[in-house]
Amino acid sequence: MSDSAIRVRDVSKTFAQGAAAVRALAGVDLDIDCGELMLLMGPSGSGKTTLLSIMGCMLRPCRGSVSILGEEVTGLSERDLPRVRRDWIGFVFQGFNLFPTLTAVDNVGLAFDLRGLPRRQASRRATELLEQVDLGDKRDAFPADLSGGQKQRVAIARAIAGDPWVVLADEPTASLDTRSGRVVMKLLRGLAHDRGRAIVIVTHDNRLLEYADRIVQIEDGSIVSDSASAGGAGERSVHS
Amino acid sequence: MLAWRNLVHDKIRLAVTVTGIVFAVVLIVVELGLFIGFTTTTSSLIDQSGADLWISARNVPFIEQGTPFSERKLSTVMATPGVAAASKYVLRFAEWKRPDGGQDSVLVVGFDLQTRLGAPWNIIAGQVDDLRQPDAVFIDDIYRERLGAARVGQVVEVQGRRARIAGFTQGIRAFTTSPYVFTRFKAAQNYTVLREDETVYLLVKAKPNVDVEGLRRRLAARLPSIDVMTTAEFSRRTRLFWMFTTGAGLAVLLAAVLGLVVGIVIVAQTIYATTVDHIREYATLKAIGASNWYLYKVIVLQAVISALIGYALGIVIAVLVIRGSKESGAAILLPPGMVAGMLVLTLVMCVSAAIFSIRKVTRLDPALVFKG
Repeated sequence: MSDSAIRVRDVSKTFAQGAAAVRALAGVDLDIDCGELMLLMGPSGSGKTTLLSIMGCMLRPCRGSVSILGEEVTGLSERDLPRVRRDWIGFVFQGFNLFPTLTAVDNVGLAFDLRGLPRRQASRRATELLEQVDLGDKRDAFPADLSGGQKQRVAIARAIAGDPWVVLADEPTASLDTRSGRVVMKLLRGLAHDRGRAIVIVTHDNRLLEYADRIVQIEDGSIVSDSASAGGAGERSVHS
Repeated sequence: MLAWRNLVHDKIRLAVTVTGIVFAVVLIVVELGLFIGFTTTTSSLIDQSGADLWISARNVPFIEQGTPFSERKLSTVMATPGVAAASKYVLRFAEWKRPDGGQDSVLVVGFDLQTRLGAPWNIIAGQVDDLRQPDAVFIDDIYRERLGAARVGQVVEVQGRRARIAGFTQGIRAFTTSPYVFTRFKAAQNYTVLREDETVYLLVKAKPNVDVEGLRRRLAARLPSIDVMTTAEFSRRTRLFWMFTTGAGLAVLLAAVLGLVVGIVIVAQTIYATTVDHIREYATLKAIGASNWYLYKVIVLQAVISALIGYALGIVIAVLVIRGSKESGAAILLPPGMVAGMLVLTLVMCVSAAIFSIRKVTRLDPALVFKG
């Protein structure tokens, strides 16, 4: 397998806005390695979420290519893209995006259901994942009965249900208090450092810098800086 | 699992969805039931006659409009090969005198007791043979009160002549405002002031395995001055007359079509709104790798479950409405075929509406999940 979990080459994206065209990304090159926790930072409208959507195979670039685990995905058909998202990528959203009608265990189990696992087996594995995120006692709780931090941990459990090599997180701590944010970030960092997953986090939050191995700054659709994080690198060396 | 949970989690939304479907089912069933009741009632005497052929004066547009002709044609009919039985039949208006002194118009149905072609059906009191008494008549249970005929044996007056209630039928509604009064042909001749040598119709029963259309052509050739029609043909002619020549028929037809359209719109709107309510969740499903097929399954299953619940409740309510209307003049029918057809229609309506909303879901931009 390629060392780069994600390879982005010369990616550009332009959106039509009425008669005008808005350039969201302009020739972005980026490699994200397995075992790396990368923060993608920048002001609002800089193109962070667009880049995340393209890396997550939710949006097609106007130009350039994206490879995941060595496979070029830009040219895949709409029929093939769900498989890529399901098998290789886990998503964590700012608003958690849990299903309010399902309990915690069923929310996680849904990810196994998508993979065709029988219900009982899906439920057992979902329970194991909830225990991993320290929510074993909340397996039958509905999202409405969970705190923000608990919801995000359920979402992380769902994201890693398919054991993906890549986890893409959009402002995962934005709706959380400091303590819950810390718990969530430790979980994500553990995924990168202990299990070798590539974690990309879009954030505005400078408090997350201490967890990062690498910080990529993006402005006006272009990467303006790409540097290793001292704190993250330190943490990483401890785990590796 | 997701489909069921989505439905039952928000009970108010489920209630709104099911109410919409129930309303549509009741509306469609009642309107179509009225339409079927209308068409069935207009031609019930023909359809239930047991005859294969009807012979009438020229160009009779519908059964109540028959005009007398010579009964001597009966011997010609009887002598025609392929005829198993033939008899005279009369249907004419007469005056019924109620016990309170008031008068009502009735349609006297006179049939031959020998062949029993055109005899009453659904008899709940008395027997057809009771009509052998010279003045015996049957009326329908629905008209007991209106005609002031409370019991078997009660003596009444038809066209100034004595008549005696010998039995009751059930559910034989007259399409016109005049109730049917069944009696033997001879008595009917008297009540309707028909000449002794005249009849209004001749009813013919073909021998087994005889081609009815062939027999109709042979009889038509022998009886050039009158019409020979198959029962289906005369039934259709009567129904079409009432359906398209009178405003009532068109109104019922239009109401049935409108009921169908309004029902479909209600169901489509309800199911569509339910799907759109969950649009963000479907976007999340797409984002985490659900195929379009998986989304179809969830949405269609939701629609099918809603359809089944709505259909079951709707049919129960429709049956209650129909039962309640039995005492009134309105004939609303719910044949088994319509019950089954309505199930299919409800499923088709709900699934079609779901498929329409699926288009919106499958075209969803999964990146929507990143937008706040």
